[in-house]
Amino acid sequence: MAMFDFISRMFGKESSSKNVATERLRLVLVHDRANVSPEMLNALKEDLIRVISEYMDIDQAGLEVALNQEDNTVALVANIPVLRMKRNYASNAS
Amino acid sequence: MGEVIVITSGKGGVGKTTTTANISTGLAALNYKVVMIDTDIGLRNLDVVMGLENRIVYDIVDVVQGNCRLKQALIKDKRFENLFLLPAAQTKDKNSVNTDQMKELVGNLKPEFDYIVIDCPAGIEQGFKNAIAAAERAIVVTNPEISAVRDADRIIGLLEAAELHDPMLIINRLRPAMVKKGDMMNIVDVEDILAIKILGVVPEDEAIVISTNRGEPAVLEQTSKAGQAYRNIVKRITGEDVALMNLEEADGLVSKLKKLMGIK
Ligand SMILES: Nc1ncnc2c1ncn2[C@@H]1O[C@H](COP(=O)(O)OP(=O)(O)O)[C@@H](O)[C@H]1O
Ligand SMILES: [Mg+2]
Repeated sequence: MAMFDFISRMFGKESSSKNVATERLRLVLVHDRANVSPEMLNALKEDLIRVISEYMDIDQAGLEVALNQEDNTVALVANIPVLRMKRNYASNAS
Repeated sequence: MGEVIVITSGKGGVGKTTTTANISTGLAALNYKVVMIDTDIGLRNLDVVMGLENRIVYDIVDVVQGNCRLKQALIKDKRFENLFLLPAAQTKDKNSVNTDQMKELVGNLKPEFDYIVIDCPAGIEQGFKNAIAAAERAIVVTNPEISAVRDADRIIGLLEAAELHDPMLIINRLRPAMVKKGDMMNIVDVEDILAIKILGVVPEDEAIVISTNRGEPAVLEQTSKAGQAYRNIVKRITGEDVALMNLEEADGLVSKLKKLMGIK
């Protein structure tokens, strides 16, 4: 059993329990920290609006930002309705 | 003016009281004048860990309510005459002390002591708020275990919100043999996740249980690994630069051989 354990770990089939723990912790803390400061998500929203507005007109009221979890990853998912692209971005930039 | 240090954790049972007793005793052994404050009202424990339970007359609530003078409530340690304990109340309400009273009390102790070490209760309620109210430095105690680390993360966030910056971490009850097998998070894992500076690592050690039975802090025990870890932590608190102990080796063949041959 121990030998099998060892071999399966070597071949990466089964992670050691401490790796499982650190991975679970990493994920749970993403949510804990986001929940502790909803202000942080709001500040991020405002920054996103500011940056994206340089490139396109967006529906600010319809903007959604959330953390989505799938198995072993947490993704920041932003849904940003675009009203209109800015035509002359390049000339503005130069 | 003394320095005010709070020992906190979020989760119960990770070793706050043990750490408060050992750090305070260790500082006293280096001739600093030290007072410990037990803020765990209703669940007082620091007195028994220090072996001072029979000497208590007044407690922190008596001081705050004016039933006695502050000096009357301070219990002198058995071993060091420069070490004192202000015990928590055992039977009174958790909310009988507020943060302003705590600040005033600590303010009165500061001119008299080099270190004021505050033992924080578990949780994030009033007791926690009182314990950190007057603190200038925070030590977060955790175990290399998922729920303790999660709670430590929460506490670090709350300390930051309370503008108690740069807390330091003690990882307690580390079991080198389990770390070696990959069945316990190691120092780097915990440090990576919490991203704060490590003040020290204390191994799981029977000497802690034995010394607590006797009411004699393990920091005074020369042969105990946990005692050694606490002595190192104490030195770091006073500003000395001491390397982390090599705990990985503690249960290894090499160290067993060395022990057999009497090499430390
Ligand atoms: N390094 C250690 N090795 C073995 N036992 C320990 C260690 N640290 C703490 N303990 C034990 O764990 C229990 C909880 O410790 P305590 O200091 O009371 O925690 P807290 O104050 O955080 O609730 C006690 O019985 C104590 O003796
Ligand atoms: Mg305690």
